[in-house]
Amino acid sequence: MFSKAILRLAVVLMVIAAMPASAALNVFATVPEWAALAREIGGDKVNVFAATNALQDPHRIEAKPSLIARARSTQLVIATGAELEVGWLPVVLREAGNASIQPGQAGYFEAASAVRLLEVPARLDRADGDVHPGGNPHIQTDPRNLLKVADALTVRLTQLDPANAAAYKAGLARFSERWKAALVRWEQAAVPLRGVPVWVQHRSFPYLADWLGLKELGALEPKPGVEPSSAHLAGILERQKATPARLILRAAYARPTASEWLGERAHVPVVVLPFTVGGDAEAGDLFGLFDDTLRRLLAALK
Amino acid sequence: MTFVRPGVLCAALAAAFPAAASAATDADLKQLREQLRELRQSYEQRIQALEQRLAETEQQASRAAATAAEAGTTASAVARSVVQVESRAAEAQAAADSVARRPTGESAFNPAVSLILDSKFTRLQRDPSSYRIDGFMPSGGEVGPPRKGFSLGESELAFSANVDHLFRGNARFSLAEDDGQGTVEVEEVNVETLAMPAGLKLKAGRFLSGVGYLNQQHPHEWDFTDAPLAYKAFFGPRLQNDGLQLRWVAPTELFMEFGAEVASGERFPGAERKANGAGLWTAFAHAGGDIGDSSAWRVGLSHVHSNPRERSFEDNGVTNAFSGRSQTWIADFVYKWAPNGNSSVTNFKLQGEYFQRRETGELTYDTDGAAALSAVRFRPSGGYLQAIYQFMPQWRVGVRGDWLRSGTTDLGTLNAGDLPILAGYDPRRQSAMVDWSPSEFSRLRLQVARDQSRNGEADNQVWLQYIMSLGAHGAHKF
Repeated sequence: MFSKAILRLAVVLMVIAAMPASAALNVFATVPEWAALAREIGGDKVNVFAATNALQDPHRIEAKPSLIARARSTQLVIATGAELEVGWLPVVLREAGNASIQPGQAGYFEAASAVRLLEVPARLDRADGDVHPGGNPHIQTDPRNLLKVADALTVRLTQLDPANAAAYKAGLARFSERWKAALVRWEQAAVPLRGVPVWVQHRSFPYLADWLGLKELGALEPKPGVEPSSAHLAGILERQKATPARLILRAAYARPTASEWLGERAHVPVVVLPFTVGGDAEAGDLFGLFDDTLRRLLAALK
Repeated sequence: MTFVRPGVLCAALAAAFPAAASAATDADLKQLREQLRELRQSYEQRIQALEQRLAETEQQASRAAATAAEAGTTASAVARSVVQVESRAAEAQAAADSVARRPTGESAFNPAVSLILDSKFTRLQRDPSSYRIDGFMPSGGEVGPPRKGFSLGESELAFSANVDHLFRGNARFSLAEDDGQGTVEVEEVNVETLAMPAGLKLKAGRFLSGVGYLNQQHPHEWDFTDAPLAYKAFFGPRLQNDGLQLRWVAPTELFMEFGAEVASGERFPGAERKANGAGLWTAFAHAGGDIGDSSAWRVGLSHVHSNPRERSFEDNGVTNAFSGRSQTWIADFVYKWAPNGNSSVTNFKLQGEYFQRRETGELTYDTDGAAALSAVRFRPSGGYLQAIYQFMPQWRVGVRGDWLRSGTTDLGTLNAGDLPILAGYDPRRQSAMVDWSPSEFSRLRLQVARDQSRNGEADNQVWLQYIMSLGAHGAHKF
């Protein structure tokens, strides 16, 4: 009786599966920034799903059933790579039973493969905390990286959906044009940030620092992914007296305790950056993300 | 054997053909120098051009307000070209880096290796060697607590890698010590397909059955030190199959997964077999999804069917055997909550499973002696419910309630007094735990439990445990 019911249900589902899906290319982005980028390039030719939101710690995502269900019928997975998603994506890809999105296939795209990674560790030891062997994966905080990822992503979209190649090309051209104009605007506005010494909560912003010329004094976390103890923070407070930083940077998803503690005692403003699309109300898209990031940095500097 | 060092070889060759070698080198060098010069020239020209344009722009800007707008456009054009040049340089660098980083050698294809160290210290009121679950036919599996005091526990050694473009292989061994003898147990050795069409997946070999929720999790993933009583009593303590598994994920937004397995059924609730074909079949269905950003859930229904022949068990020093039909149903659910789906600070998990089994067949009392035989019927049930709460980073607390019901037992013409373990009894257990995980790779746990598996003998237990994972640590399932 039970098996018969299952059989019937399976037949119904097979019929649903056989029905033509919507014409748009289904895209599964692991983080909001790649979802936003795919929308910029693909427009109405893509149907984009973001697996996580900006208020979730990207290192601690679970292989939820909803993600497996989405991965099952997607044609392109856009991951950051560099082991950012190592804790959940491999399971989602394996469980989804979708051969076309396995690593190595055209349906699997890693953004990190298009850019040069910073902070590639010279030695690999778990005693150094949650280190990423390939380098720091938070590449989206440098807008110049977005251009490179956009180029590579367009190639991939065209490969998967040649019928809409012209639309992707046009989408990329439109995005690049606007993005380059915005880059000039941002770089001009960000001149006062050059050489400004900062503390960071987690090593989330090496690419931002590289772009803007911020001087990172160090991270509040003693090791990546390890919560700072009060003794460790006291040590940083001492160092702050010798080499004072002017800002403390924290991503929107991060726990406020440590940065607030230090900011209060050292009388240094704590800047909560959106980190990715959706990190705050103003960071609604990629342009808003950097407009708001710069606005917050500059406002805190005054 | 003699070895010729390549340097020596080169020197010898160069000495033998000095003219040719130097001529070739000179020509190459000349060509290279030429190219370098050209490159330098072209870049110098471009940089000069940029500088000139920049200077012009600055001049224009300083001259008059009327030309300021024009100057702005030129400046942004300059900046844009600078961005382009920069990005090209970075790309070239990235390409060079990736070439330099490319791994070489045979070891590049080594499988991912992980080692889990799991040791325990226990304080038990009752002797663990006399552990039994009253009211239930013994499974013959390792279900009791470890020895009193310090115990080595089980270390898990696992290997996994893609075999080729079609298959992935997994192997997992557990290393332990039993009465001073080192033992290696094959937990899992299987291959699964990577490229089946239409959402299908096939797995073959030894694997943990997909029934229920906890069955597929390895002991190091458990939220408590030991398995729920229901798993101990019904699967002793989990269903491990040698056979085939087929799974299908529906292409819907709601997660739906259906699976079926055929297996040898050599282990409880099956029994050792000598026949061809399969001895155990399962079917399972799971559904899951999200409720907003903060909550995720999964429910499941599973069925296990087997036809054990002469499944023997010892009771009161006498060996008995059951032959017949065994059917088990499992309903399971898990619900996870984290504020905004961000589980790093606080999170909550509620999970429960309910088991029901029907067994009908013949029971032989004292197979080596009297061999009294009768038609029998059993209908046991049981389940557990547990809640885990992470109240601050790294720290979690949890409680678990276990209950079992031996249910209606019909022993036919057999004397119930001869089979004391099958006498009606409803075992219970309450457990509480607190654990600390300084990182994803280590966990220390304290667990207390009051175990009433034995009729009339409560066992108050204290467990201390560490779980350490070394090497590649694969992602966990939901």
